[in-house]
Amino acid sequence: MKTLSLALRNLLRNRRRSIATILAMVIGSVSILLFGGYVQNIIYGMQTGYVRGGGHLQLQHRDYFLYGSGDPTAYGITGYQRVIDLLRADPVLSPMLTVVTPTLEFGGIAGNFDAGVSRTVFASGVVVDDQNAMQRWNDYGFPDRPEILALTGTGDDSAIIGTGVARVLRLCAPLHVSDCPQPAAVAQPTGAELPADVARLATPEESPGDASSATGPVGHPHIELLAATTGGAPNVARLEVAKAEELGVKEANDAFIGLHLVQAQRLLYGRATPEVTAISLQLHHTGQIPFARRRIEELLRTSLKRSPLAVYDFKALNPYYGQTVGLFGAIFGFIAVLIGAIVLFTVGNTMNAAVVERTVEIGTLRAMGQRRAGIRRLFISEALLLGLFGALLGVGVALILASVINHSGLTWTPPGRVHPIHLHVRVWGEWRMLLSTAVGLLLVAMLSAWWPARRAARLPVVEALRHV
Amino acid sequence: MDPLILENVNKTYHLDRVQVAALSDVNLRIRPHCFTVLSGASGSGKTTLLNLIGCIDRPDRGAITVAGQRVADLTDDALSDFRLRHIGFVFQNFNLLPVLTAYENIEYPLVLTRMPKSKRRERVRELLEAVGLGMHAKHWPGQLSGGQRQRVAIARALATAPELVLADEPTANLDSQTGASIIALMRRMQRDYQATFVFSSHDPHVLAEADDAVVLQDGRIVRTEQRQRPELAS
Repeated sequence: MKTLSLALRNLLRNRRRSIATILAMVIGSVSILLFGGYVQNIIYGMQTGYVRGGGHLQLQHRDYFLYGSGDPTAYGITGYQRVIDLLRADPVLSPMLTVVTPTLEFGGIAGNFDAGVSRTVFASGVVVDDQNAMQRWNDYGFPDRPEILALTGTGDDSAIIGTGVARVLRLCAPLHVSDCPQPAAVAQPTGAELPADVARLATPEESPGDASSATGPVGHPHIELLAATTGGAPNVARLEVAKAEELGVKEANDAFIGLHLVQAQRLLYGRATPEVTAISLQLHHTGQIPFARRRIEELLRTSLKRSPLAVYDFKALNPYYGQTVGLFGAIFGFIAVLIGAIVLFTVGNTMNAAVVERTVEIGTLRAMGQRRAGIRRLFISEALLLGLFGALLGVGVALILASVINHSGLTWTPPGRVHPIHLHVRVWGEWRMLLSTAVGLLLVAMLSAWWPARRAARLPVVEALRHV
Repeated sequence: MDPLILENVNKTYHLDRVQVAALSDVNLRIRPHCFTVLSGASGSGKTTLLNLIGCIDRPDRGAITVAGQRVADLTDDALSDFRLRHIGFVFQNFNLLPVLTAYENIEYPLVLTRMPKSKRRERVRELLEAVGLGMHAKHWPGQLSGGQRQRVAIARALATAPELVLADEPTANLDSQTGASIIALMRRMQRDYQATFVFSSHDPHVLAEADDAVVLQDGRIVRTEQRQRPELAS
């Protein structure tokens, strides 16, 4: 008679109690798995958003991350195209890469001088085709379609702005921005007239490359974007606003302006050699970050040793991601500990009751020659089986419930998002979470049986046999 | 060699602040292959003596030698192993494991000795036949009568071929007819398996069947009777 077989029969003896105990474990494990699956989906969603927007890794001037936002041209990447070519051609890196693209980010003042309004903005110059390619990254299989940048197919002088920028610049009507209240009384500008020489800067320069700017879609409003050039002189670009986009976060809505890289470089560098503030690298998988990073650092020590560059991953560039993961981790841990404690006491209570009920049997077994360890093993085996059934059923029920939730069509709008997304709970495929939950449950069940089993094993045989 | 020797054995129980001397200076030798009955009034110390003999309790003073082994110095695990191989128990309430069939109850001590399955099967079948329950191997204890359960318990006690079988009031929960048949069975098993049987009982039928009788009173042996064994006499 194997111990496990005897343990199983003992569990079947008091089926109602065993089922109640298993049910408690199932509820516990389902709660952990569903919440874990939900959290995992949020984290994957955030990661996907960051990777689509800025890649897994970015090469920047080594001081740009700390000081560059105030003076981006001072921390640009000189000869960035050579760096990009080198990265793309690298035999170690290239199999991991999906996109390598430059970006130029800077601050400026956007104005609708016809309306006499302006505001400070945060501008990002991008290569549209590369950004569209980045949007296709979907390593976690989200059901949404990749977003196409509104700048796609527009001329170099086109731009997109946040709806907040549109509101401040009084462009809601021409850009068809809904839910955009206008102030009751529009204050008249009281400042001095734009100096003529500065206003002249807004006049498009005639050059072959500017042909497209003159042929943009008719009816789109224009704004002026004022920024400082490398020499510190002001420069103004007149941009055709292709679209006002809702970006989900008020701060971004109120300050963002996106434009073509070429236009951004022209604004900041004029006829000087253009630079960029970052080179984004998107990899096939997030798990490749350490390998890619190691290789880039190697290149920075060798082929690119003259370039004052540093490499950052998306977590370093977006501290909010790490904070969110940490927050959810803490909540998940708290819930897991609570549920673990409930399971601990439930199984412990069951095992204690079993020890009391079977005291005479324990005495009989001991009298027959069963060692104390055998008695301990028997009760721990019972808890192990309870834990095993609880874990297996819990995983099964969690998978079914997750599937039901995922197919129910429920939606929610995560923080920082504009449009609602499908409520998705990732349980299937999260093998580590499934395994750790199941193993954790088994360990808690065995731990909770330890004390009753020890007590049973240490019962004096005579007293156990005398038990009524 | 005497299967059991007790020398100046004392055992005192502590009930709250009251000390109760359950056994005082007990000296006893049990003859091998005999049917020995411990008798006496309730509270005379029969069960305590049986517990000490069975190595499931320890004396406060004195020495106990079972099957040539002084048991006082054995660790708990060593005592367990010793009981497994040298002592069999038959309880008043049968104490069969309810989750095991008759076959499995008898097999259980053999599993503890790590006997190979084929040998176990052979031994259990033999014992089941010997106690007349060959057809009840797959019955659960709940499906057996009191007498049948006690037969299974006797077979279980003899499974590992111990030198000593202890039975605490084995007929107390049986009607007189069944009790008599159980005593007869035990007598036969004792003879067939060459074991030494020690009972506690005040059943006159049991006393009548005994080769030796030990009478206890207030924790002391007041009389021992050694009778001629019937088969030896014949």
